[in-house]
Amino acid sequence: MQELDTVGQGSVRVTRISEKLVILEKDLATEQMVLAMGPQHPSTHGVLKLECLTDGEVITEAIPVLGYLHRCFEKCCENIDYPAVVPYTDRLDYLAGMNSEFAYALAVEKLLDIEIPRRAEFIRVIMAELNRIASHLVAIGTYGIDLGAFTPFLFCFRDREIILGLLEWASGARMLYNYIWIGGLACDVPADFLKRVREFITYFRPKAVELQELLTGNEIFVKRTYGVGIMPADVAINYGWSGPMLRGSGVKWDLRRNDPYSVYPEIDFKVVVPDGKHSVIGDCLSRHIVRAVEMEESLKIIEQCIDKIPSSEGFNSRSAIPKRIRPKAGEVYSRAENPRGELGFYIESDGKSTKPIRCKARSSCFVNLSAMKDLSKGQLIPDLVAIIGSIDIVLGEVDR
Amino acid sequence: MSTTALSQFSMPFLMGNGLNSWSEALVGFNLLGLPLGLIILAAIPLVFIALYSLTYGVYGERKISAFMQDRLGPMEVGKWGILQTLADILKLIQKEDIVPTSADKFLFVIGPGILFVGSFLAYAVLPFSPAFIGASLNVGLYYAIAIVAIEVVGILAAGWGSNNKWSLYGAIRSVAQIVSYEIPAAIALLCGAMMAGTLDMQQINVLQSGAYGFAHFFLFQSPIAWLPFLIYFIASLAEVNRAPFDIPEAESELVAGYFTEYSGMKFAVIFLAEYGSMFMVSAIISVVFLGGWNSPLPNLGSFALNDWTNGPVWGAFWMIMKGFFFIFIQMWLRWTLPRLRVDQLMYLCWKVLTPFAFISFVLTAIWEIYVP
Repeated sequence: MQELDTVGQGSVRVTRISEKLVILEKDLATEQMVLAMGPQHPSTHGVLKLECLTDGEVITEAIPVLGYLHRCFEKCCENIDYPAVVPYTDRLDYLAGMNSEFAYALAVEKLLDIEIPRRAEFIRVIMAELNRIASHLVAIGTYGIDLGAFTPFLFCFRDREIILGLLEWASGARMLYNYIWIGGLACDVPADFLKRVREFITYFRPKAVELQELLTGNEIFVKRTYGVGIMPADVAINYGWSGPMLRGSGVKWDLRRNDPYSVYPEIDFKVVVPDGKHSVIGDCLSRHIVRAVEMEESLKIIEQCIDKIPSSEGFNSRSAIPKRIRPKAGEVYSRAENPRGELGFYIESDGKSTKPIRCKARSSCFVNLSAMKDLSKGQLIPDLVAIIGSIDIVLGEVDR
Repeated sequence: MSTTALSQFSMPFLMGNGLNSWSEALVGFNLLGLPLGLIILAAIPLVFIALYSLTYGVYGERKISAFMQDRLGPMEVGKWGILQTLADILKLIQKEDIVPTSADKFLFVIGPGILFVGSFLAYAVLPFSPAFIGASLNVGLYYAIAIVAIEVVGILAAGWGSNNKWSLYGAIRSVAQIVSYEIPAAIALLCGAMMAGTLDMQQINVLQSGAYGFAHFFLFQSPIAWLPFLIYFIASLAEVNRAPFDIPEAESELVAGYFTEYSGMKFAVIFLAEYGSMFMVSAIISVVFLGGWNSPLPNLGSFALNDWTNGPVWGAFWMIMKGFFFIFIQMWLRWTLPRLRVDQLMYLCWKVLTPFAFISFVLTAIWEIYVP
């Protein structure tokens, strides 16, 4: 079959049957349809809006429209003291508040050049890794929903609930912790906390296996994700991807290893990349597998931290916290590995004020989402949903 | 007292006789030349199923999914939340009847009606017990297969009339899916019809009765019967838009598919039709392959289990229990499996189910001609 000519929107499709041209479709005007997916759509993970140009069920173009959750984070920061920014960072990636606080605290500490107690460092890492597991559980669970499997989602939330309970016990809040402060912690962990974390680890290991049997062990799940939304490693690097997304494309890049901070250099863990046996490197399934295996690595990190942590005798979680934070003039960029990738803070100080004159957050979700146009070209609507789910965006961090 | 005498005075048998005489009296009831009694009699299963569908189908689905997901499910309204669905119905009745301004009002209103009618017309030929069938047609099975296709019209009307892009996608997908899956489903049922030699639903059941209970069911009557049984079960999931084939209403992709714009009682009617269809395909599969109202229990020597558990009321019991069993499997699958993609769905239908349906058709024909 060949297309002879195209006039306007109509075209004539012909085929050659025994030397004779037979017109199949004459002047069948096919229009592309604009489909606004979101912001009120069940699988856009919050308030993402995708303006899609569709040809039947095939997406010819999908452009993310952002800003529905914009809260002027950066402008707010310019008007408040350094410690007061910490609760705002919780609201960036609200599924991984501890990690965001951690990244911000690291940045200001780098600017102030202060050393914090060793026990506080370990507690920070334990909290961050617990929160990473909780965040990955949401990512995996909602990914199941995106593909139509509802039950894994509730299994994930059941286990996440235990982590949230632990974090609440330590900090007093379930999502927006305000626990990791500049120069230390709000308070030491409760007695028995580490014991309960150990109990959680023994509880969670078999549950994680069960979860993977439900998802990656399912033929339909694999069919829906295998080879969908492939991102080659070089393109991923050019887009500035980070975190599980970049590792899903086969790049061994983890800031905990490549640009180590806190006590991560002392800890033995693996940077997870797909092996290419179970999935095409760079597809949705790879990204899913990376997240699933990373949970296991996080458990290992937490176990090692509990083994190495100094005792709480004579420990004051606020001992290193400066009375008044007024850094000398200068600028700093510091980054940390969040569940969704690199969260970096660029902070500028004029040396006189107790407020940053500039505080920019480099959000991983925003950068990861920017590849949407490339990823979605020529995909079906169900695949588009699978791709958005595998990017695992949190709109709080995209819009800030 | 001998066992036969005992069975004659056993409770179910008495009830069965009572029901028979009662229904026969009702059939004779005419008003102004209209066979009103006959209409009432035919409407009873419909009403029963309607009540079941809305209250216990929905309630059962919520409870079953809850137990699968480590939850409790509805617990507030009544003991164990048993009246939850009634509360939901009351809420739906009170809701404002919204028709979007840009919608095609006629199609928008008529869509759920056609769906409902299409789904419930097939109940006319479902034999609920030896003495209980709406219309004993000699082409009952054919009628049941054909009438389901009316649902497609309702879905298309609802999807197009809503004037919503998601609804349109849902409707198009649904039509493609239902029309495609009717082919393997019909061929699979044809295997059953071939084994029976009749299309009369009541007659198909009669042919599967016998002293050995389940051994007389068509599923166990030939070594090939499991294949059409399985094919029909998978195809019926697609026909009633259940997971993993629920792409017409895929909530994560198409918001709610063809009923995105519906609310209030119209939504409830669509829901009712869906649960009605679920029971209907379950009933058809149990009639054709699993003996319908026949008891699966065999006679064991002097324990004439089969004789004791057969009869008009027992028949209705077995029929409904078999239907419930398949509905349970449908729900089980729904809460376990992810959803297929559109192209994978079509692949499964045309390249897997249809060829195997033809193979099972030929094999069944060979078996029926040469073996018994």
